[in-house]
Amino acid sequence: MKIHEYQARNIFAEYQIPIAEGDVAQTPQEAINITKKTGYPVVIKAQVLVGGRGKAGGVKVVHHEAELVSEFNRIKALNIKGYSVERILVAKAIDIKKEYYLAVTIDNIKGDVVIIASAEGGVEIEETAKTHPDKIIKFYLQGARELDESRWAPIATSLFSDVRLQKSCTSILQKLIKLFFEKDCSLAEINPFVINGEGNLIAADAKVIFDDNALDRHPEEVAMRDMKYEDADELEAKEKGLSFVKLEGNVGCIVNGAGLAMGTMDAVNLLGGKPANFLDVGGSSNPEKVLNALKIILRNKDVKVILINIFGGITRCDDIANGILTALKQIDIKVPLVIRLTGTNEKEAKALLSAAGMTTFTSMRQAVTEAVKATK
Amino acid sequence: MSILIDQNTKVIVQGITGRDGSFHAKQMLEYGTKVVGGVTPGKGGQDVHGIPVFNSVKEAKDKTGCNAAVIYVPAKFAKEAILEDIRNNIPLIICITEGIPVLDMVEVKNELNKSQCRLIGPNCPGLISPGKAKIGIMPGHIHKQGDIGVVSRSGTLTYEVVYNLTINGMGQSSCIGLGGDPIIGTRFVDVLKMFQEDPDTKAIVMVGEIGGGDEQLAAEFIKKHVTKPVVSFIAGRTAPAGKRMGHAGAIISSGDSTAEAKRQMLRDAGVTVIDFPDEIPQALAASLK
Repeated sequence: MKIHEYQARNIFAEYQIPIAEGDVAQTPQEAINITKKTGYPVVIKAQVLVGGRGKAGGVKVVHHEAELVSEFNRIKALNIKGYSVERILVAKAIDIKKEYYLAVTIDNIKGDVVIIASAEGGVEIEETAKTHPDKIIKFYLQGARELDESRWAPIATSLFSDVRLQKSCTSILQKLIKLFFEKDCSLAEINPFVINGEGNLIAADAKVIFDDNALDRHPEEVAMRDMKYEDADELEAKEKGLSFVKLEGNVGCIVNGAGLAMGTMDAVNLLGGKPANFLDVGGSSNPEKVLNALKIILRNKDVKVILINIFGGITRCDDIANGILTALKQIDIKVPLVIRLTGTNEKEAKALLSAAGMTTFTSMRQAVTEAVKATK
Repeated sequence: MSILIDQNTKVIVQGITGRDGSFHAKQMLEYGTKVVGGVTPGKGGQDVHGIPVFNSVKEAKDKTGCNAAVIYVPAKFAKEAILEDIRNNIPLIICITEGIPVLDMVEVKNELNKSQCRLIGPNCPGLISPGKAKIGIMPGHIHKQGDIGVVSRSGTLTYEVVYNLTINGMGQSSCIGLGGDPIIGTRFVDVLKMFQEDPDTKAIVMVGEIGGGDEQLAAEFIKKHVTKPVVSFIAGRTAPAGKRMGHAGAIISSGDSTAEAKRQMLRDAGVTVIDFPDEIPQALAASLK
């Protein structure tokens, strides 16, 4: 789960990682009030959860109140990759002497926590990794949740020659690692990590991503979720135990299992159609799930046909069939249903649906072909 | 032969008194798997479908001599369940549980590295050596004993692939579901190596998906070390970037993790990459000629 920079800054502050003084504002007056503490110049930054805000004009250094108000209003009116700007961070501008990169994240293949540092900060680390891999330092924790000072030395000394900065870097890194573990993060990043005019290290940006699977043990993190970035249908689906992602097409898809659900979307595309969504009803046989899935898909007015593709394993085909029949009684479905059922209790399911006058397919290719035909 | 499990594998079921554990213990028994015990702390002494329940993995191992464990406990207890198996040197651990926090898996992975144990999963359907044993949740009846090795990151998509093999008369030596999470115990490369070394596996089907870098590593490995024919299907060609597609690990986060990039790397490694699961039997037949 992604959070805004101002929220990540609050977490940094909680862990005493140095950040520039400032706060988040929703109105020009709030922004002016913040400058009473910080003084000028300040940097104002649009708080959006999509990349490229700098290029979109969402970041600006301002030097006096009139400029603050006009730039604040300009940024507030921006639309950045489809999102309006609700909040703007106002922070004391840092006199940057040099930029570095510092992050704690997970290396999935190694299954380990890794510290990534570079003397080339301020740019996309992926770019640096590609163009100058030698400028990236990686350090694996190998199961440790904290490190003693002797083990840090390589990171701090490779970035800084000055002993005072080495110590300061070590201290900040220790706090970043503590935060990473305690908050169950998948990323805690400072980019750029800078030396300011006073010669001190400070976080000029803050980025934190939480592990979705660990949110159950962090209600405080769930509370930080910005609902504006959540699709209402996707959230509702999640609450009902479904996994749903809306797409642009017109073939509604209901599938059991994530892999087969992706495979079904690909098949629709390959046979000349456009999938309207990804939807995994999960492994259970609860007929209620089919009803909920149909309701969510039917809200999308582009949908011209619904393709139900079930490979029965734990999911029993007859339960799915009963779910479809229940749904037909409860909701008025005006688009055709194309049903493919194979696997556990397939015969019983087909008998149930056939008695209700519905045809079913055994082959996935046939069913997808039929569904695509219905959109033409 | 088959890889990892056969008719002699003795399995214990962790979480056997739960709904899923109990149901699948029965299914595994009916398939012919030697399910020798179950573990639920505090419920030792009971039995489930005639299978004795123990309070701990240690007790279960001492009493049954098990050499595999399958885990059906909820996500918040899964880390402890796996660590208990590692402490007791259970050589093969299969974790079905979905939704385990990543940092829990980091801890598990570190302990695994120090042990002789192998973990399959988490968030996986398990594995089956048709006609011999199955450990997990896949429907046994769609499988058929034979000489095709199947390895996949998914559950139902694997069933789709296996079903197409079986109805075309192509049996399977073993089918392994690796799991849909970013951190998993066993990866494509590990299983490809086992299939390459298994004398009874003649060809390999590899089912991948978007996200992560495992298919790329697999492609490099195949190029260097796999002489048997490999046919692959990669799911998620129509998945939008940055969106998690059901599996925690199925997310396009970089150019390398798209389905097209993976398909190309596999093709470059000499793998036959097909577009539709029902094209696998034909592609296998062609490559086995």
